[in-house]
Amino acid sequence: MSGASDARNGEGRGGLNQPRMPQGMLIAPAEEAGVAAAVAEAAAAGEPLAIEGRGTKRALLRPVQAARTLSLRNLSGITLYRPQELILSARAGTPLPEIEAALAEHGQQVIAEPPDLTGLFGATEPATIGGLVATNLSGPRRISAGAMRDHVMGIRAVNGLGEVFRSGGRVLKNVTGLDLCKLLTGAHGTLGVITEVTLKVLPATEAEGTVSVAVPDLETGVQALSAGLGSPYGVSGAALLPGPTPRALLRIEEFAEFVAYRCGRLREALGRFGEASLVEGEESRALWRRVRDAEALDAAPEEAIWRVSVQPSAGPGVAVAAGLDKALLDWGGGLVWLAGPATEAAHGRVMAAARAAGGSFTLFRAPEPLRAAVPVLPEEAPALAEIGRRVRAVMDPKGILNPGRMRAA
Amino acid sequence: MIDLPAPKPDVLARRAEILAGLQALLPGDGVITEPARVKPYETDGLSAYRQPPLAVVLPRTTEEVAAILRFCHRNGVRVIPRGAGTSLSGGALPLADAVVLGMMRLNRILEVDYANRLAVVEAGVTNLGITNHIAGDGFFYAPDPSSQLACMIGGNVGMNSGGAHCLKYGVTANNLLGLKAVTIEGEIFEVGGRHLDAAGYDWLGLLTGSEGQLAVVTEVTVRILHAPEGQRAMLAAFKGTEIAGAAVDAIIASGIIPVALEFMDKPCIHACEAFAHAGYPLDAEAMLIIEVEGSQQEQDMLLGKLKEICSRFDPISLKVAQTPEESLAIWKGRKGAFGAVGRISPDYLCMDGTIPTGELPHVLRRIGEMSTEYGLQVANVFHAGDGNLHPLIMFDANDAASFRKAEAFGADILKLCVEVGGCLTGEHGVGVEKRDLMPVQFTPFELDQMRALKAAFDPDWLLNPAKVFPIEGNPALRPAA
Ligand SMILES: Cc1cc2nc3c(=O)[nH]c(=O)nc-3n(C[C@H](O)[C@H](O)[C@H](O)COP(=O)(O)OP(=O)(O)OC[C@H]3O[C@@H](n4cnc5c(N)ncnc54)[C@H](O)[C@@H]3O)c2cc1C
Ligand SMILES: Cc1cc2nc3c(=O)[nH]c(=O)nc-3n(C[C@H](O)[C@H](O)[C@H](O)COP(=O)(O)OP(=O)(O)OC[C@H]3O[C@@H](n4cnc5c(N)ncnc54)[C@H](O)[C@@H]3O)c2cc1C
Repeated sequence: MSGASDARNGEGRGGLNQPRMPQGMLIAPAEEAGVAAAVAEAAAAGEPLAIEGRGTKRALLRPVQAARTLSLRNLSGITLYRPQELILSARAGTPLPEIEAALAEHGQQVIAEPPDLTGLFGATEPATIGGLVATNLSGPRRISAGAMRDHVMGIRAVNGLGEVFRSGGRVLKNVTGLDLCKLLTGAHGTLGVITEVTLKVLPATEAEGTVSVAVPDLETGVQALSAGLGSPYGVSGAALLPGPTPRALLRIEEFAEFVAYRCGRLREALGRFGEASLVEGEESRALWRRVRDAEALDAAPEEAIWRVSVQPSAGPGVAVAAGLDKALLDWGGGLVWLAGPATEAAHGRVMAAARAAGGSFTLFRAPEPLRAAVPVLPEEAPALAEIGRRVRAVMDPKGILNPGRMRAA
Repeated sequence: MIDLPAPKPDVLARRAEILAGLQALLPGDGVITEPARVKPYETDGLSAYRQPPLAVVLPRTTEEVAAILRFCHRNGVRVIPRGAGTSLSGGALPLADAVVLGMMRLNRILEVDYANRLAVVEAGVTNLGITNHIAGDGFFYAPDPSSQLACMIGGNVGMNSGGAHCLKYGVTANNLLGLKAVTIEGEIFEVGGRHLDAAGYDWLGLLTGSEGQLAVVTEVTVRILHAPEGQRAMLAAFKGTEIAGAAVDAIIASGIIPVALEFMDKPCIHACEAFAHAGYPLDAEAMLIIEVEGSQQEQDMLLGKLKEICSRFDPISLKVAQTPEESLAIWKGRKGAFGAVGRISPDYLCMDGTIPTGELPHVLRRIGEMSTEYGLQVANVFHAGDGNLHPLIMFDANDAASFRKAEAFGADILKLCVEVGGCLTGEHGVGVEKRDLMPVQFTPFELDQMRALKAAFDPDWLLNPAKVFPIEGNPALRPAA
C-alpha cells in the first residue's frame, strides 16, 4: 500500500461538541492507488472504514463505528487550473483555503460560497474540497448561483470494493451517461471515496453592497427578501438576521457601478417593509461571512444546531413551530439555522416543524449520544429507501464506507 | 447503423392480450394502435431511425402512468417514455416490442408561486409554455433550448437540456427543485420538493439527464426567475477561428460573463445569411454573438467593454445593437441556423460534443480536414462560453452510403472531443446515436457500474432499454439476429 499508516491512541478528548481522536488504525495515502488499495483491503476483511477529510472533526451526523479511518489529508494539491476555461481540479484532500488562494490570483472564486465552519465546531483544520463536496455545503450565494453540487463538473472516486471510477469531466456541459457527480455530492462518503474533484469556477465580482432593512418581525422580513428576489436586480444573498429588530439583508455582487444603481433601486423598492440602509465594501463582506458561517446564529457552545430547508415563505413558521428563539434565516428564508437545547424533545420539535413545512432537516451539531439516538436526516419514502439500498449494494456491496453515517442501518 | 435488441417473442405473441390490458387501464382514446396514428411516434429528432412500436399510450395523470408501468412491469413489456420527440440522439426511438408512453396529455400548469419563485408543472408542459404562462408577470424559466416551442419539461429533465443562455443560468439540472416520478414497478415517489438541497442522496440530480432510464417523470417543480431589466446583443466577426477563440478567452478573462456567447464558422454564417438576411459579414471566418443583460446604462457599459476587447483582435465587423429590434436581427440568423442548414441540405446530423474551450481552434481545424476527407460539408455553431460544439454534417438521406459516411464523420468528431479532454454529448444525450461510442469515454468497469445503477432502478431493463449503454454483453438485451 502506498499510503502512510499508523495506529493512534483512541483516547477521546471529551467535551460536548469536541471532536474525538480516531479509534484504531489511521490510513492516509498520498496517492489515489493507495486509497483504492486501502478500501479493497478493508472490503476483503469486511472492516468498516470511517472516511474523513482532515482529521479533527468527528461530530458529524451519526457516529460511524469503524476500527479503521481513511483520511484524505495527504492526497492533496491542485492538479489543473485553467482560468479561461473556468475549471479547476484538485485532489480531494486539498484544503479549501489553498484553492481559494489560487483562484484569487486570477480574480476568480468558488461559486457556491461554501461556509467555513471551523468556528462553529471549534475545529483546528480547514475543510477539504472532498469533504465539502461530500457534504454539499453551500453558502448564501446558493440562491443565485447554485449549490456546490451544481459546480462539480467531474469527479474521480473509489467505490466500496476499491475500484476507481470517473464521472463527468472537465467541461461545463456534459450529459454523457449517469451523473454520478451528483450522486456522490452530498452522499457523505457512503457511496464512494472521492479522490479528485473538478469544479466550475467564476470570476469574483468587482464589488458588493447590501441593503439592510429593519423589519418588525420575521414574516415581514421574508416578504422583503421575497420582493428583492423577485426583482430584476440579481440579488445574490438574502438573509434575515435575528434580534429585537430583525434585519433583512439583500446583497448585490456586480461591477461597482451596477452595485450602486441596483442597491439604490432595492432601497426604494423595499422601503415599505422598514427603514432601508446601505452597507458597503468590507462591512458588507463581514456581514455575509457571519451569515455564511452561521456565526450570526450566536449558538452557545453547549447548544445543538439544526439546518432546515423549506420553501422560503415557510421559514419563519419553522422557527416558531420548533419553539426555538435562536433562528438565522438565509436563502430568502428557505434555509433556517436553529440553535437550542441538545435534547430529544427539541429535536422532535424541529423534525415535526420541518416535516409540516414539507421540507428537510439536518441535525448539524450535537453531542454524540443525541446524534446516535435520533434520525439526523429525514427518513426516506419506502420506494426511495429501497432504491437507496440497491444503489448502495452497487457502490458499496460490503457496506464498509461510513456505515451508519446518514441513517441507522 | 445501430443494433436494436431482439424483440421479446413472448411479448409479440401476446400482443392482443397486452393491448387489451392497456385499453382496460386507459378507457377512451388513450391507447393508439392503428398504423396511421402510430406513425408520428415511429421516430424522433434523429429521423434517420424509425421503428413502429407495439402501441402508443397517452395517460392523463400520474396515477394512470403508474398503472401502465405496473402493468408493463408485470407483463415484461418494455416502455419508451416520450415527451415531444425532439430528441436529436434517438432517445425516444421506439422498439418493436415496446409501448411508447407519451406524456403530452399531462400538460397542466398546476401552480405558480411567485413568493417562493417556483412553478409546479406536469411533465408534458412545453418548455416555452412555462415562460409564456409567467412572462406577463415579468418572470421566466431560464433553460431555453432552441426547440423550446415543442419540447416538454419532462424531456428536458430526461436530457438535462441547455440553451443559449446557460452560461449564466445553467442547464435544466440547475433550475429544478423537485420531481414526482414513477418507478417501473409503478411506485410513485417524490424527490426534492419546494425547497433547495434536501438532505440525503441527490436523487433529483441523478434522475436529471438519465434519459428515461431510471423512472418516468410526471411532475416537475422548477425555479422561476424575474427577467432582467433588459438585454442586448452584439456581433463581432473575425478573420480566423483562432482569433475568435482568443477573443472568447479575453472576454472570460475580463471578468464579464455574458448571458450568451455564440460562435459560428464561415459555412454556418453563409447558410444563415442566405436564409435569414441578418446582415452577417460573408468575408468573416468566424463570428460571435454576445448578449448582455441589465439596465440600459449597464448594457452600455458592458457592451462598451466587450467592444473594446473585441477590437483588440482586428475584427472585420463589430455591430452593437442599439434597440431590441436590432438585437433580434442579430439573433435571427443564429436562431434559424438549423433551418438554414436544412435549406442547403435537406438532411443533416447535428452533433453535440463538448470540448475545453482552449481546444477550439485545433478542433475546428481537424473538423475542416475531416470534412474534406469524407467529402461532406459541415457547418459549426457553438456555445463558445461552455465549449458545447454543434457541427451540422450535411448528407443525402436517399443515398445509404452518404448516411453511413455522415455517421462515421460524426463519430470521428466525437472521438476527437473526448481525445482533447471533452465529452460525447453536452446537451442532446447519448440516446441510440452515441451509445456505441460510450467505450471511447468510459472504461468497461465504469460502464458496468452505470449499468448496475440503471438496474438498481429497473432490474429487468424495461425502461427505455437499448439507449445510452452498449447492449453488447448485456444479458437482458440480446442483439437482434
Ligand atoms: C451535518 C454536518 C455536520 C458537520 N459537523 C462538523 C464538525 O463536527 N466539525 C467540523 O469541523 N465540521 C463539521 N461540518 C463541516 C464540514 O464537515 C466541513 O466544513 C467540510 O465538509 C469539510 O470538512 P473536511 O474536509 O474536514 O471533511 P470531514 O469533516 O472530515 O468530512 C465531512 C464528511 O464528508 C466525508 N468525506 C470527507 N472527505 C471525503 C472524500 N474525499 N470522499 C468521500 N467522503 C468524504 C466524511 O466521511 C464526512 O462524512 C459538518 C458538516 C455537516 C454537513
Ligand atoms: C431544432 C431542434 C433544436 C434543439 N435545440 C436544443 C438546444 O438548444 N438545447 C438542447 O439541450 N437540446 C436541443 N434539442 C434537443 C431536444 O429538443 C431536447 O433534448 C429536448 O429536451 C427533448 O424534449 P422532448 O420533450 O422532445 O423529449 P423526447 O425527445 O420525447 O425525449 C427525450 C428523452 O427524455 C426521455 N423522456 C421524455 N419524457 C420523459 C419523462 N416524462 N420521464 C422520463 N423520461 C422522459 C425520453 O425517453 C428520451 O430519452 C433540439 C432539438 C431540435 C429538433
